[in-house]
Amino acid sequence: MAQNGRILLVEDDENDVELTLTALERFNLRNEVVVVNNGEEALDYLRRSGIFKLRAEGNPVVILLDLKMPKVSGLDVLRQIRSDTELKTIPVVVVTSSREEPDVKQAYALGVNAYVVKPMDFQQFLDAVSHTGLFWAIVNVPPPGLAP
Amino acid sequence: MKEINSRILLVEDEEADIELITNALQQFQMINGMDVAKDGEQALNYLFRRAEYAQRESADPVLVLLDLKMPKVNGIEVLQAMKSDSNLKTIPVVIVTSSRENPDIRTCYELGVNAYVVKPVDFREFTEAIRNVGLFWLLVNQIPKLN
Repeated sequence: MAQNGRILLVEDDENDVELTLTALERFNLRNEVVVVNNGEEALDYLRRSGIFKLRAEGNPVVILLDLKMPKVSGLDVLRQIRSDTELKTIPVVVVTSSREEPDVKQAYALGVNAYVVKPMDFQQFLDAVSHTGLFWAIVNVPPPGLAP
Repeated sequence: MKEINSRILLVEDEEADIELITNALQQFQMINGMDVAKDGEQALNYLFRRAEYAQRESADPVLVLLDLKMPKVNGIEVLQAMKSDSNLKTIPVVIVTSSRENPDIRTCYELGVNAYVVKPVDFREFTEAIRNVGLFWLLVNQIPKLN
């Protein structure tokens, strides 16, 4: 336990970014959180291309991935991660407002690790996201060979 | 968060660990029912409704907590069988093991494990970790509707 690996948050809604960061701070998680605002940037980050060409090596310990985003959707990002030998074992947790069965089914079919529906209620949102952060940042052991 | 309606399958051969995990989850009333398989073979019989479980009527579990080092069939073989079965592959599998060896961790991720938890040696930390496993996997995580 007690890792401090990087979390990649892929979310286009600014309010949700803010709420998520607040929730992640709740248990004093020391993990660095990198925020990108759409699927294209997420793939650039992961592949160290485009604006992330110069970033240091290493994969995040978990990716928190929204589904409905401009340019490249969350499911497309997930699909590309799972078909890339360098990226395919990174834990991906979908965090979305969609509780539609086809989205849940497709995400699991593509190999998502977990699927979190954003609760509408503020307090419930904080609870859900903070427990998500605690599990994935502290309790889960990520695949070996990730950035420290 | 979701309604609590969850049956889980714990695959574990250590009596002490079964007790600890059961208590950690029951303490927070996070499970309606838990079934325990003491080795990988029993787990596969349960999941595939074979042998002593041929008449099993309960719904499939919403979560499988899976030890790695077990007699007969080990955890990695159970994981492999589940993730290559079209009906069982969407059931979340969380490894709960004392092994923090990289080859085990890597193999599990390559086979599509949902998460990998190393049992803390300290009793209180172990209970805390399992409590968090319950909070996330039983209350927060959403799975596809079971058939």
